[in-house]
Amino acid sequence: MAKKKQEAVFTPIGLNKNNNGKVDKSVELPPATKKKHKELGLSDDDVIAMFDQMYLQRRFEERAMQMYQKGKFGGFLHLYIGQEAISTGTVFALNDDDDIITAYRDHGWGLVRGISAKEGMAELFGKATGCSKGKGGSMHFAKTENHFWGGYGIVGGHIPIGGGFAFANKYLGNGQISTCFFGDGAVDQGALHETLNMSQLWKLPCVYVVENNGYSMGTASNRHTVGEIHERAKGYGMKSALFNGMDALTVYENMKAIADDVRENSIPYFVEIRTYRYRGHSMSDPQKYRTKEELEQYQKTDPVERMKQYLLDEKIAKQKEIDAIQERIEEDVLEAVKFADESPFPEPDALYEDMFAGTPFIHDKK
Amino acid sequence: MAVLQFREALKEAIDEEMDRDENVFVMGEEVAEYNGAYKVTEGLLDKYGFKRVIDTPISELGFAGIGVGAAMKGLRPIVEFMTFNFAVLAADQIINHASKVRYMLGGQASVPIVFRGPNASAGQLGATHSVAYDSMYAHFPGLSVIYPSEPDDAKGLLKSAIRNDDTVIFMESEQMYGLKGEVSEEKDYIIPIGKAKVKREGEDVTIVATGKMYHIAKQAAEQLAKDGVDAEIIDPRTIKPFDLETVIKSIKKTHRCVIVDEAHPFGGLASEVGFLIQREAFDYLDAPVQRVCLPDVCAPFSKPLFDLWLPDAKNVIEAVNAVMYR
Ligand SMILES: Cc1ncc(C[n+]2csc(CCOP(=O)(O)OP(=O)(O)O)c2C)c(N)n1
Ligand SMILES: [Mg+2]
Repeated sequence: MAKKKQEAVFTPIGLNKNNNGKVDKSVELPPATKKKHKELGLSDDDVIAMFDQMYLQRRFEERAMQMYQKGKFGGFLHLYIGQEAISTGTVFALNDDDDIITAYRDHGWGLVRGISAKEGMAELFGKATGCSKGKGGSMHFAKTENHFWGGYGIVGGHIPIGGGFAFANKYLGNGQISTCFFGDGAVDQGALHETLNMSQLWKLPCVYVVENNGYSMGTASNRHTVGEIHERAKGYGMKSALFNGMDALTVYENMKAIADDVRENSIPYFVEIRTYRYRGHSMSDPQKYRTKEELEQYQKTDPVERMKQYLLDEKIAKQKEIDAIQERIEEDVLEAVKFADESPFPEPDALYEDMFAGTPFIHDKK
Repeated sequence: MAVLQFREALKEAIDEEMDRDENVFVMGEEVAEYNGAYKVTEGLLDKYGFKRVIDTPISELGFAGIGVGAAMKGLRPIVEFMTFNFAVLAADQIINHASKVRYMLGGQASVPIVFRGPNASAGQLGATHSVAYDSMYAHFPGLSVIYPSEPDDAKGLLKSAIRNDDTVIFMESEQMYGLKGEVSEEKDYIIPIGKAKVKREGEDVTIVATGKMYHIAKQAAEQLAKDGVDAEIIDPRTIKPFDLETVIKSIKKTHRCVIVDEAHPFGGLASEVGFLIQREAFDYLDAPVQRVCLPDVCAPFSKPLFDLWLPDAKNVIEAVNAVMYR
């Protein structure tokens, strides 16, 4: 007898799942490193500086969100809150002249690579004093003199460019490596796969890093991509890694080892770092695709709180010293808001500037 | 007449066509469980199920092409791009494949697919999220390009697009989704592709504007009216095929024309239509045709620069003044 035909389903269903009360988790976090900072070659001052940096990223964005809600600026605002251990652990593991490129969730990356809170906030406000002169806004923080090549808004679009930096570094023989960060959603773009193939074929010194935060906008990872993300490397015979992104020391340990290997042997890596996005995708996201319970599970692993606790537990800093750091950062960020607010907007002529290096070839300028 | 938001008019069109033909289906990023990034597809998953309302990964090239293949096999895909700025990644499938398959196979196959989503800028979203692509697609033979400005046009034209046996590019705007307007309640309300509409009758000057720019033109016309200038506004609604006849007829009456186009100046709608007007109605013109479009620079983020960049009613009034030697 013919079986009753099942209705075809394409994308895995995410709604109305019944997990018998178990909290649905969009990413499983691998365990954090057990090593102490000294074993990783980090001094007490280094870990204090890491905390300082993570706290700056956190407060900068919390204030930015407030200013956005007050109507101080418009456009998109994608917050990195929850993912700060990745930017921080990575930058401490890299040389200062190694290249970094990322997607639009870029504030943390900019700050850790030397964009001041003032330059960053002014960029959000669209002011002439912003790191990209107010031309880019939230999605396009950049500081190329510090080898931070910016944030990009077309999902996956910057992946080949990260490969291009590695190509140039190999071509120039300058000993620099390139690192390219993107979300789990970007894994689904063809550009990634073309770039991975060429990178392995040409032995480009580049680390391709997926910051898997569980969601691509409102779509959980398992609803948009198949298998284990880091295992894609196998198809290219490429080295890979998977680790916890909620602990800056774990990120540091792994990225250091990877960067050393990439630099010494001129090879690419494909890395999946598991993390979690605490806020909505952008400012207009009702977040109906996840439960409060899920969010709370990950908030227990808050990378900033974790680092603070580490400083206390290891007696690296007293509560008083931590308070002092936090107060200083709070002031810096408030000063940045004031600076951004009081800075001038770009002059009207700026509309036509930065289009070309030399003669501006502007067609039919009335 | 029912008053609907632009997004509701689009949804009605999709809903009616899905109801009529079970080969019509929708796919795109966040169209199903999230109910659409801009809520155009809200409720369709509940009504039609997971088979016919499909969330895709961020793989524009891939899902556009899967749509083309499905269309060649007789299905009627409606492929939503979160914006046409991201459809650039799918350009190979749209331009090299969808538009050319029928011709290069000597008429043996067709590609009845609708690619739809918001076009052009939507506030301060920066250089990569603000481009108007209508003229670019209109450049290629084999594609029809629709860019309506009001809910009624949107509904009637989207239904036509879904029924069309070839590829249609259907453009919307994030900033128009909430716009309300009267929509015909006629059963099976169809507006033929390629028919312009005179949306304001006037004697002194013809303004051609579609999509978001129609509303800029309308604002300008209202202000001009206070100054005693009576503008006629023609909304082509379809970029390609372009209804030149309606425009020429109007120019024969007003003898002056301004084209408002949300694209950069080089090779856009304004330049093509401007050329056709001088060829077909040269003797009727009392002034050179003027255009209002974007400057030849990327979209800046900063608010004052963005406002300077985007055409506004003031720019339209200046252009009207120029053709009227005021
Ligand atoms: C080519 C392209 N398609 C769609 C979008 C719209 N979009 C912006 S971000 C995003 C989700 C990306 O998720 P993920 O890569 O996981 O990064 P995350 O936001 O989690 O940092 C989408 C669909 C885009 N910007 N570019
Ligand atoms: Mg993600």
